[in-house]
Amino acid sequence: MLHIKTPKSGRARRELKKIAPKLVETGKKTLILHGTKTSNVINSVLTEIYHLKKDNAVKYTKRNDNIRPFESGGETSLEFYSLKTDCSLFVFGSHSKKRPDNLVIGRTYDHHIYDLVEVGIENFKSMQSFSYDKRFAPLIGSKPFFAFIGEGFENIEELKHIKEVLLDLFHGQAVTNLNLAGLDRVYVCTAVSSNKVFFTHCALRMKKSGTIVPRMELVEVGPSMDLVIRRHRLADESLRKQSMKTAPELKIRKEKNVSRDVIEGKIGKVYIPDQQVGSVPLPNKSKGLKRERREAKTKGEGKTHVDKKPKQQDS
Amino acid sequence: MGEQSSNFEVDLGNLMAFDPHHHFSTPPSREELVKESIQQGTKLVQAIADSLFSLTSTEDRDGPIVKLPPPTTRLPREKPLPKPRPPTKWEEFAKKKGIKNYKKDKQVFDEQTGTWKRRYGYDRVNDDNDVPIIEAKLTDEPGQDPFAKRRTEKKQRVEKQEKNRLHNLKDAAKVGALPSHVQLAATALPITGTQAAPKKISKDELGNVAGMAATATASGGKFDKKLAGEKPAKHDKKYRKFLPVVEGSGMGSLERQQTDKVLNKLLSSNSHNILDVNKAVNFYNVKKDKKRKHQGKDQGKTSSTSSKLKSKKSPYKKMSKKGSSSEGKSKRN
Repeated sequence: MLHIKTPKSGRARRELKKIAPKLVETGKKTLILHGTKTSNVINSVLTEIYHLKKDNAVKYTKRNDNIRPFESGGETSLEFYSLKTDCSLFVFGSHSKKRPDNLVIGRTYDHHIYDLVEVGIENFKSMQSFSYDKRFAPLIGSKPFFAFIGEGFENIEELKHIKEVLLDLFHGQAVTNLNLAGLDRVYVCTAVSSNKVFFTHCALRMKKSGTIVPRMELVEVGPSMDLVIRRHRLADESLRKQSMKTAPELKIRKEKNVSRDVIEGKIGKVYIPDQQVGSVPLPNKSKGLKRERREAKTKGEGKTHVDKKPKQQDS
Repeated sequence: MGEQSSNFEVDLGNLMAFDPHHHFSTPPSREELVKESIQQGTKLVQAIADSLFSLTSTEDRDGPIVKLPPPTTRLPREKPLPKPRPPTKWEEFAKKKGIKNYKKDKQVFDEQTGTWKRRYGYDRVNDDNDVPIIEAKLTDEPGQDPFAKRRTEKKQRVEKQEKNRLHNLKDAAKVGALPSHVQLAATALPITGTQAAPKKISKDELGNVAGMAATATASGGKFDKKLAGEKPAKHDKKYRKFLPVVEGSGMGSLERQQTDKVLNKLLSSNSHNILDVNKAVNFYNVKKDKKRKHQGKDQGKTSSTSSKLKSKKSPYKKMSKKGSSSEGKSKRN
């Protein structure tokens, strides 16, 4: 016997609505956690990423021994946390002799692992080590600019992948209305070699120039690090197709048969199909008869009786 | 230092610019790398800003607001697309009849009290329970309580509505378009998208389960107390057939039939092993006789050996005749 269960409080209902899948998605949340052993570098990297994404990130402090993202059994815990915190991006830091200063950035689709990329951190400089005028510090939650430099981002598989992942991680939300005064950060990524990306975060200063477009000035505020790509796992093809789908309602349809004329304005053509006068079947033959009778009556006013026409038997 | 080309790929929706042509001609030191990256970054951001500030902007108190175009680099969704909900029974009916939903006021003027009352809820207009007197109609029977009748009718309406609501939700759940705040309890599906539903047991299977469990008892579930409406347990196998105790003297026809059946089964499966020697001899002799007859015709002799060797025909060996004949034939071949 089925019976309907609904949450009894408005708050619970609202929370469920937040988690429900939407037609147009709002920003993804990030889960930051670490594994069995971490180094100082990894600890500071994780805290700085958390600060950069303070609005929509969750940071776990306990260590997680049973998470191994690249192994087939080791991702169940990650998927569980992703389900509970409703995070579809995760950053997992660890440190071992074989993989020192290791960071795994991953995405989930429907709370199952979608794709992963594993990078090693080198030459890390934290935000505190940069000295700059604090007035220009970027605010939390502002939409960032992205600058990707280097042909590797186009040609090499891993670099293409990490470009997409970094974009997804830091871009916040897809907005339609943007306040131009609130733009104050840039992420600059340079492909140094086929497996190394130099990543840095700069504050943006807009200076007066003669034109409407202000002159941009970048001030490095940190953190800056070298990402050495170690392993990566691309998404399954069918899963990728499914995740890239947009709703058919949202597809923009081209307006047909509309053109603009300078003189007449908006014009469209009206297409009339060919009229076949001969072959159109007349619906009611008896009406014709009546008319004939009528006409005959009007013609011959004097005549009182009109010859009745025999009924025509039509097939 | 490096080649610079002014055609960057700009994705305005994501505020992203990509410079595919920049090369570091010499392997740079750390400082040079940083400096050049920032330089290039500045150029790229300038390029984005050029196209950004040229968009039409509306002035707001915080600053100019522009409408960004949709991004060109597509990023994957985090959750599957929500499926559209199938129309409810009422919605289909309304569409068919052309009934439109008009907005109603929350307060309605109540003629009786002359005040504005709620349309529904506490202290509402035209409340069914509030009428003090119900006038009797000609069609009413004397013993009935019209107030009780009203209450039962209301209850029936509410139940019908609940049933319809459940039906609509089940239809939505079949497509996978259940609203986010609703769960159908027996299935206990998690609210997120594509996790598979547990296997549903059909009505027949459930009906059989009790019977299957009952066969584990000492009497095979024959004397178990059954609930009202429970069907008797199915017996999929065949029942044994017992012959009547009294039939006739000697071997009755039923018993004969039974034994016939058994024997036929036995013998037909082993017919290739059985050789009826008498029959084989009979055949051989008959053939021999025929041969002799022909020869005798030519020569004028007769033979009469066949009758002695002819065996007695018995009904138990009907099938074997066929078997032995084929056996005899093959032997001759």
